[in-house]
Amino acid sequence: MTREQVASMRKSFIEQPWRLWATQIAAVVRLETRRNLFTWRGAWVYFLAFAPAVIIFIHAVASNLRFETISEDTNVLAAIFQFYYLRLGIFFGCLGIFARLIRGEMIERSLHYYFLSPIRREVLLVGKFLAGAVRALLLFEFAVVLSFVLMYLPFGAAGSQYVFDGPGLSQLFSYVTVTALACLGYGAIFLLFSMLMKNPAPAALMLMGWEFISSVLPPLLQKFSIAAYLKHLLPVAVPAQGIFALLTVNTEPIPQWFAVLGALMLTAGVLVVSCWRVRTLEISYTTE
Amino acid sequence: MNDRIEFNDVSKFYGEVLGVNRVTLTLPPGITSLVGPNGSGKTTLMNLMTGLIRPTKGSLSVMGMLPSSAYEFFRAVGYCTQFDYFPRGVSGWDFVCDSLLLHGIGKQQARQLTEEAINRVDLAQAAKRDVAGYSKGMRQKVRLAQAIAHHPTVLVLDEPLNGLDPMARAESLALFQELGKQGMHVVISSHILEEVDRISDRVVLMTGGYVIAEGDIHQVRQEVRDKPMQILVRCGRPEVLASRIFELDHCVEARLHNDGAGVFLRTQDVDQFYILLNKIVTDGIVQIESIMPADDDANAIYQYLIGSDGGQA
Repeated sequence: MTREQVASMRKSFIEQPWRLWATQIAAVVRLETRRNLFTWRGAWVYFLAFAPAVIIFIHAVASNLRFETISEDTNVLAAIFQFYYLRLGIFFGCLGIFARLIRGEMIERSLHYYFLSPIRREVLLVGKFLAGAVRALLLFEFAVVLSFVLMYLPFGAAGSQYVFDGPGLSQLFSYVTVTALACLGYGAIFLLFSMLMKNPAPAALMLMGWEFISSVLPPLLQKFSIAAYLKHLLPVAVPAQGIFALLTVNTEPIPQWFAVLGALMLTAGVLVVSCWRVRTLEISYTTE
Repeated sequence: MNDRIEFNDVSKFYGEVLGVNRVTLTLPPGITSLVGPNGSGKTTLMNLMTGLIRPTKGSLSVMGMLPSSAYEFFRAVGYCTQFDYFPRGVSGWDFVCDSLLLHGIGKQQARQLTEEAINRVDLAQAAKRDVAGYSKGMRQKVRLAQAIAHHPTVLVLDEPLNGLDPMARAESLALFQELGKQGMHVVISSHILEEVDRISDRVVLMTGGYVIAEGDIHQVRQEVRDKPMQILVRCGRPEVLASRIFELDHCVEARLHNDGAGVFLRTQDVDQFYILLNKIVTDGIVQIESIMPADDDANAIYQYLIGSDGGQA
């Protein structure tokens, strides 16, 4: 590529209407958030998000505030996060949130209002994705933080010391980061699935299988697994026993920054494919 | 940039089902009516025009723009579709205002344009109510408001009179006429032929996915040469006129009007008919009060070309 071509591309990039696109994306996010953040239809997603926190709370009350050691509860929390949140809660929650963004509007026959607006479809898709991300992140980040607080709160001063003077805060930061990456990664994939097929559920189950077996895949294929990246960011290793061993991913260790970058790159790659797909998407409600 | 809507050999197939086939059309500004029975391809043509679907073959442009240039295109185009569905839980006001916010304009301007559009379709009193509680006519109106709110230069209306009461119909037609006079493109599909006939500058007749005739209604009628044209002549002594006209080879029917003050004539050569009529008048055989085509409207053309009653399609 010549210097002139690079300069021309740079000029073209700068001349794009970024400010307009940002305004339109913000409008889509506001609109979608207002319409979908709290709906009865999405109640099952709230259940998925907050069920562990409720169980931890009930356990705390039922056991009359007699607790095991902090280290044991740290392992319990790690297991809840890895085996429930990461594998089930966030996975299916994102399926419910992101698959609805486009497909849901096609089923309800209201997508054409967006397509008839003076907004590039790629910009619309990014806006929709961010709206889904806002909802998923609000729900699952809050749920994970709540579970964390409920887990250590009953320990009183010891719990406080573990969180603020020990490894607690660092672990919480890791959980929050992994939750965010999982929401974005699975969200992008389910958004794409919803544009490629009428019912994304079977494909989601196949993805679930893919994520489960990602540890035994060749390194090249592991690059296409969200779980394979997130594994390296988990703060507490849970010893796999019995049936849980099936759910455990053992991958080659990689630096944390690489894992974060890898997950984000995979998400971005899926979004690029989604942008291509949304450009060619047609409104044919009669076939829905 | 030109001011035409152009279809160049456009075909659309849904799998093996034909939507429209080999449509080549050029629509100038003004009011254009798409007329045809159900399944004739009117909605497909409109969806193609607005980029909701893509042509299987051929190309099209609206005032030189393509739907893929979304920002320029949809600022110029408003489309009131036939889909009677709305996002859940929105009021009429929110529905229109939200659409405007997607243009990237400020809230204040969006509110101003929303108010203007809502008032224009006479829906101000119900604007803050949930659309789910609207009657069919109100839903039609709010969709129309959404389509015109951003002041488009091309307005595409798919069956816009469906569900409207006679008063609202008349108001809508007056609005379309006003927009057409302002130099806008107004493309309307409707089954109510008498109404679109009255306001249309041109008509596109479709059946089975094909355009079978297009142009000014009177021109289209003239083109249908193989079908006799019916003319009502109001005159004194209509029986004399009938007998004289019957002398012509191309006159296939002459029938006295019920009130006895006119005669319906059917002729296959309207030009020759008018020459003879002039002669009859100048000879002072009958005194003519008025002459009017009795079937020079879309409905009659429709029946001739498609072989069914447009009003029942």
